[in-house]
Amino acid sequence: MKQDIILAGVGGQGILSISFILVNSANEMGLNSKQSEVHGMSQRGGPVFAFVRISDETIYSDLIPSGEADLILGLEPMEALRYTQYLKKDGMLIVDQNPIKINNYDEDSINKAINDYPNHILLNADKIAKEVGNPLGANMVLGGVASPFLNLEESHMKASIKTLFGRKSEKIVESNIEAFDKGAELGRKFQKDLVIS
Amino acid sequence: MKTEILLGDEAVALGALHAGIRGAFAYPGTPATEMQEYLFRMQRKFPDVYVEWSANEKTAFEAGLGMSYIGQRTIVSMKHVGLNVAADPFMNSAITGVNGGLLIMVADDPGMHSSQNEQDTRYFGDFAKIITFEPSNQQEAYDMTLEAFRISEELKLPVLMRLVTRLAHSRSNVKVGEPLNHKPKGLEHDPKKWTLLPGNARIGFKRLIDQQPDLLNYSNDSSYQNINGSSNGKKMGVIASGVGYNYLMENSDVDEDMSVLKIGVYPIPDRLIKDFLKDKNEVLVVEDGYPFIESRIQTYVVNPELNIRGKLSGDLPETGELNPDVVRKALGKEPKGSSLQEAGKLAIPRPPRLCDGCAHIQVFDILDTLRDELDDLVVFSDIGCYTLGALRQPASIDSCVCMGASVGMAKGAANGGLQNSVGIIGDSTFMHSGIHTLLNAAGDNSPFTLVILDNSTTGMTGGQDLPLPGDKIEKLVVALGVPEEHVRIIDPRRNQFEDNQKIIHDEINYRGLSVIIARRECIVQLKAKKKKK
Repeated sequence: MKQDIILAGVGGQGILSISFILVNSANEMGLNSKQSEVHGMSQRGGPVFAFVRISDETIYSDLIPSGEADLILGLEPMEALRYTQYLKKDGMLIVDQNPIKINNYDEDSINKAINDYPNHILLNADKIAKEVGNPLGANMVLGGVASPFLNLEESHMKASIKTLFGRKSEKIVESNIEAFDKGAELGRKFQKDLVIS
Repeated sequence: MKTEILLGDEAVALGALHAGIRGAFAYPGTPATEMQEYLFRMQRKFPDVYVEWSANEKTAFEAGLGMSYIGQRTIVSMKHVGLNVAADPFMNSAITGVNGGLLIMVADDPGMHSSQNEQDTRYFGDFAKIITFEPSNQQEAYDMTLEAFRISEELKLPVLMRLVTRLAHSRSNVKVGEPLNHKPKGLEHDPKKWTLLPGNARIGFKRLIDQQPDLLNYSNDSSYQNINGSSNGKKMGVIASGVGYNYLMENSDVDEDMSVLKIGVYPIPDRLIKDFLKDKNEVLVVEDGYPFIESRIQTYVVNPELNIRGKLSGDLPETGELNPDVVRKALGKEPKGSSLQEAGKLAIPRPPRLCDGCAHIQVFDILDTLRDELDDLVVFSDIGCYTLGALRQPASIDSCVCMGASVGMAKGAANGGLQNSVGIIGDSTFMHSGIHTLLNAAGDNSPFTLVILDNSTTGMTGGQDLPLPGDKIEKLVVALGVPEEHVRIIDPRRNQFEDNQKIIHDEINYRGLSVIIARRECIVQLKAKKKKK
């Protein structure tokens, strides 16, 4: 039982927060995990990604090999596509549709590429986060959407959200769990509609 | 035993705390920074451990050596190029030897994610003739750290620990024990050993040479050198070290007749390799960084027909970092494809840039406008966030070589006749290694302008404290001998553009040494502070 997940976005989108939730949940469930992340120069507005690997066996590489990722979780459409070489043949693509544009950003082609891919979920996570009163919670919404597709128990993921934000305040914990729940609800709906081989 | 999720850097830090360190000295640098940051976070639990951000890697190393002198265990950490700065005390510490265990953690950056080169620290270990550990995962990083302090005290030598970015910046679950009940060795007077006058140094160097067989025995017998299964009779061998071993095992749907030797400790274990290679026809060497093992392997070859494959043979790339895919290719296996491979091409480069509202932008905007008027203007820059001035269109800076180089290069160019020579350096980088060069320049009144970008933090590595509060910089600069009337302080804001432009213009035009301090807090740190409130 092995799952490789790529989280993709740009600096400040909360990639490391979701990675923490995945890795912490895996650890709580007694699974092995590895999470490779980006620090330093590229954090200044450049692409930020995390490779998360979860398994009940030994995990050797901190990097996911090409063609092995089960899931790409994109907080930004173009950034989601940046790592598609790693996605396995029937891997899932879950993407927040809100672009962070730069010069020559080809929005139409990017959206088309995502929409043409059968195993994809494209959603407005940002809007959902705002609706539950958590404008910074798009990452939690996406984590929720992904949750039914992961070998992780929802209860552990929520406990990890508590661990992560517990230092800040109860209110912040609640609003992140609310965003996560909204996402999870959507994820389950998508799961019914999608035929995943 | 409990399990903790730790970065490679953090696993070394926790290992050092459990080994009973009394102090930790470091200068921030990606990918090593998180080791010291972890120690700062752990200060509440380990209040007796002295932790500091030093002025630079050399001062960090020397402080570490002083702590070792009195018998206390100490860790010093830096990025790979930081060891160049600390090379002098580092090389000599192998001659003096140590008293309390001294571990130097150096994080290499193959692939240059955040560095100006990808030099391989294993050569420094070899150069100094000391033991180097190379963990392949977070667990080994923790375990090896405990062992490193033990062997450092046993051999009375400093010990190196080499990490690479992919281990330093990757988290995993680590089984950790309790802090050792370590009793410090205590002060030992031995002035001859520690005073490297030629007569003493010759004795010290001879002692180091005489110890080399012990180091080799240690390496040959270490439990961190592993042969997977039985090697005998198998014709194909792989020698893999550090994270290279992980990428090999990731592709380990291996043939039965391949055997693997994993290396985790240096000096290169000569007997072990000789024995491993004796019945092989072919050997592939998988190591992240330079072809260190591969280039030495010829020495151990018994079979003249042995086909040695690796970076030098072109089977693996000699530049950049290794990954599971390039190792897979070297093993002759088909790549695993992705049906979305093509779509990846739509992701165009998203280069890093200065944050919106960053004060550096204001200074660059001014220098850009002055280029039209001052046609021989050269802006020598340095290491920090402001290196991103190179990615502006057109580029706002003309050079970036190493920590502190902006000052020396601007000085040398001015001494050579350049009319409009400007150096641009951050406050942390100035304190790291700009001060001495400015002292030089003040001594001969070299005609250039140094702009010190004072944002009162070490920004690029995440906002570490400076050894000297920013507002003391002008006193320091004047004390170095820069004429007071040519030490100017500006507030780099959009609404002061014209005033600032005039000041910078006037000082560049002045045919002597001038320093402009552009002072405004780092926008990231400012936001973080506001959030805390």
